[in-house]
Amino acid sequence: MLSRTASNVYWMARYMERAENTARILNIVHHMSLLPKSVPEENREWSLPLKITDTLSMYFDRHHSINPSDVLDYITMDENNPSSIYSSIRAARENGRAVRGKITSEMWESLNATWLELKRIKESGMTDFDCSRFFEWVKERSHLFRGVTHGTILHDATFYFVRLGTFIERGDSTARILDVKYHVLLPSLGDVGGAVDYYQWGALLRSVSAFESYRRVYRDVITPFRVAEMLVLREDMPRSLHACLDEIQSILGAIGGFCGVEARRRAGELHASLHYARMTSIFKFGLHEFLTDFLVRITELAEEVQSSFFVYGEGAASVQEPLGRGVTE
Amino acid sequence: MQNARSFSHSDAGFFDEMRLESEGIRSPYKTFSNWFENVPKEVLRQKRQEAEILFQRLGITFSVYAEILQNERMIPFDIIPRILSAREWAKISAGACQRIKAINMFLSDVYHDREILRAGIIPASQILDHPNYLPQMKDLNVLGGTYVHIAGIDIVRTGEDDFFVLEDNLRTPSGVSYMIENRRMMMRLFPNLFTCHSIAPVEHYPQLLLDNLRAVAPGGGSDPTIVLLTPGAYNSAYFEHAFLAQQMGIELVEGQDLFVRDEKVFMRTTMGPQRVDVIYRRIDDAFLDPLVFRPDSVLGVPGLLSAYRSGNVALANAMGTGVADDKATYVHVPDFIRFYLNEEPILPNVETYRLADRKDCLYVLEHLSELVVKEVQGSGGYGMLVGPTSTKQEIEDYRARILENPANFIAQPTLALSTCPTFSESGIVPCHVDLRPFVLSGRSVSMVPGGLTRVALKEKSLVVNSSQGGGTKDTWVLED
Repeated sequence: MLSRTASNVYWMARYMERAENTARILNIVHHMSLLPKSVPEENREWSLPLKITDTLSMYFDRHHSINPSDVLDYITMDENNPSSIYSSIRAARENGRAVRGKITSEMWESLNATWLELKRIKESGMTDFDCSRFFEWVKERSHLFRGVTHGTILHDATFYFVRLGTFIERGDSTARILDVKYHVLLPSLGDVGGAVDYYQWGALLRSVSAFESYRRVYRDVITPFRVAEMLVLREDMPRSLHACLDEIQSILGAIGGFCGVEARRRAGELHASLHYARMTSIFKFGLHEFLTDFLVRITELAEEVQSSFFVYGEGAASVQEPLGRGVTE
Repeated sequence: MQNARSFSHSDAGFFDEMRLESEGIRSPYKTFSNWFENVPKEVLRQKRQEAEILFQRLGITFSVYAEILQNERMIPFDIIPRILSAREWAKISAGACQRIKAINMFLSDVYHDREILRAGIIPASQILDHPNYLPQMKDLNVLGGTYVHIAGIDIVRTGEDDFFVLEDNLRTPSGVSYMIENRRMMMRLFPNLFTCHSIAPVEHYPQLLLDNLRAVAPGGGSDPTIVLLTPGAYNSAYFEHAFLAQQMGIELVEGQDLFVRDEKVFMRTTMGPQRVDVIYRRIDDAFLDPLVFRPDSVLGVPGLLSAYRSGNVALANAMGTGVADDKATYVHVPDFIRFYLNEEPILPNVETYRLADRKDCLYVLEHLSELVVKEVQGSGGYGMLVGPTSTKQEIEDYRARILENPANFIAQPTLALSTCPTFSESGIVPCHVDLRPFVLSGRSVSMVPGGLTRVALKEKSLVVNSSQGGGTKDTWVLED
C-alpha cells in the first residue's frame, strides 16, 4: 500500500488512542484530587499529567502555577498543546480525512462526528462538574472508533497499520501511566497498605480498566508488585506492555515484506524481554529504570516503523520532504 | 437555426422541457408528469427534506472543506429530474463523440505535421503562441493518438431540436461524481419511478473510465498500475478524486507519493517502490513537473515529463490539451470536424464573435446590452457580462475592460436557454438548465447515457455554474 496512506492510518489510530489515554490519565488525577489532602500535595498531583505527557515545560511557557483548572484546560482543550485531547482528536481526524477513500465511510463518520462534537463542547466551555463525563465521553468515542474499525474495514494492510498505531501508542502510554508511581505515588513507608495507598493504586488500576481484573486474578490486597506485574507482564491483560508487544509482533509479521526486517527484529527483541522476564528481577533492577528503558526502546521501534515503511523512496536519506506534510506529526 | 434572439423575461420566450403551451406535456415527461400530479404534496415535501438530510450527511464531506476553502459550498440538489428521450440522447451523444474525435485529431495534428495550420483553417500564431500550447509535446506519440481521454462537453438547448455546444472542457473536467451521486439519491428516494420508467444506467461510469485507462497503458501489460493524481485534500474537487479512485479501486496519490527514476515513474509503498503505468491526473499542466513547468509547484512530480516523453508512463489527459479548450479555439471546432472527419457537425456551436476581429469587435461594442461577453480563458461563470440583465453602469465598466485588450474577449448572443420545473422558494418554477455529459476515449470513444444537469436556481438567472449559485438535477435518458 501507499506509504503515505499507511502513515496516515497509523497516525490516525495513534492519535485516537492518545486522546483516550490522556483522558484516562486525567481521570486518575481527578479521582485522586477528590481524596482529602493538604494543598501542596494537590499541586503535586496536578503536575502529574503534565509530566506523563512530557509537557511540563511547555505548560510553564503559558501558565505561572499549577492549579487544577489551568492544567485541565491545558490538557483537554488547549489547541496550542500538541498533546491535548483536542489536538489529538483533531490530528486523528485530519489524518483520517487525508485517506477518506481508504477507510470505511462508517469510520470516517465516527471520526468526524467526534470532532464536531468536541468542537461544540469546546465552544460551550467545560465546567469542572462536567469533566468526569467528558473523560467518559472521550473513552467511549475511542472505543466506538475501534469497534467500527474492527467491524467494517477489510483486514488487509490498511487494517494492520491502524492496529500497529494503536498498540505502539498504548504500550508507550501504559508504561508512562505505570511510571506515575515514581513521580508521585511513592508512599511513605508508614502508608504502605494504608488508605491513601489503596486509593492511589486503585485509581491507577481503574485508569487502565484493570481494577476488576485485578480482583479476579489476585483476590487479595492491592500491592505495587502485583499491579506492576499485571500491567507489565500479564499477556491476558489487554493494556499491559506484554499484550501490546504480542500484538505489535504479530502485526509486523502479517505486514511482512523486506522493508520491515529491522522493525520485526526490534519488536521481537522487545517482546522477548517481556515474555521471558520475571517481576522480581525487574524490581531488583528498579521499576522506574525498567520503564524508562522500555520507553526508549518502544520509541526506537516506532522510529524504525516510520523509516522502514513510511519514508521509503530512493533510499530514506534522499527523501527531503517532512513526513506527511504536517498532517501526520 | 441559430435560435439566438434577444428576449425579455416573460416566460413565453423559453422552451420548457416538460410543458409546452402549444402541445402540453412533452412525451419524455408524460409518465413522470402523471405521477407528479398525483403524488401528495406532503410526500414531495418529505422527500425533499430526506434528500437534504442525506446530502447533508454526505455533505459533511463538502462542508468540511468550507472551513478551509471559503468559496466551497454544498451544491444544492433538485429532486425533479431532467428527462431526455432516446432520440434526443442519440443526437447529443453522436454530436459529442464526433467533436471529441475531431479534437483528438486536431491535437495530434498540431503536435505533429500541422496540416490544419498549413491549410489555413486556423491561424498558426493563434495556436503556436497560445499559452497552453506545449512545445514539449511536439512529435511525441501518445497511444492511439488519444490526447483527451476524459472530456466534459457543455451543451445548451433552445428548442425542440436545437442543441448547441457552449464549451469543451478538455483539461481536467469535473462533476461526474455528482452525476452518480444524484442518480443514487433518486433511486433511494423514488424507487417506484425507476420501475415505471426505463432509465439508462450511469453508475458504470467508473468501470468504463478504468477500462479506457487500462487501454492506454504503455507496453500493453495485462495488469497495469493506474493511479489518480490529486492536488490533495484541500482541493475543491477532492471529494470527486477520492470518490473515483475508490470506485475504480486504484490508488489516490499526491505528487509526493511518486518519484521518477531512470525515466520511469514509481510510487512509494510500504513494500518499496512500485512501478506506475497510467496516471489519471487531476492537476493542471503547469503544476505537473517542477523541473519543466512551474518550479514552485509542490503538487507535481520532478522528472515526470522525461518519463512521459520516453513512453514509460501514460497521462490522462495528455499534456497540452489546453490549447484546444479555450473560447478562441472553440470557434474553430466545427471546421476541425469538416477538415478531419469530412462530416458536418451534428451539434452546432453557439454563434460567437471574436473581438480580435475588428468587424466583430465593432458590432459587439454596439450591442453589449444584448450579448453575453466572456474572457477567452475564463471559466466558472466569473468575469462575464450578461448584457440583458446588467445595469448601464455595469455595461460601461465592462466596455472599458474590453477596450484595454479586445482580443481577450469573445461574445455570444444571449441564448434563450431551455427550462425545467424546479423547486424554489416560491414553489415549483421553470429554471434554466444546461447539460455536461462526459466523453471517454482510449479503447473507443464512448459515453454513459446521462450527464450533469446544472440548473440556475435563482429564477430567471441564466448562469448555471455552481460557483454562481447553481444547483444540479439527476439526468434521465429514457430507453426506447
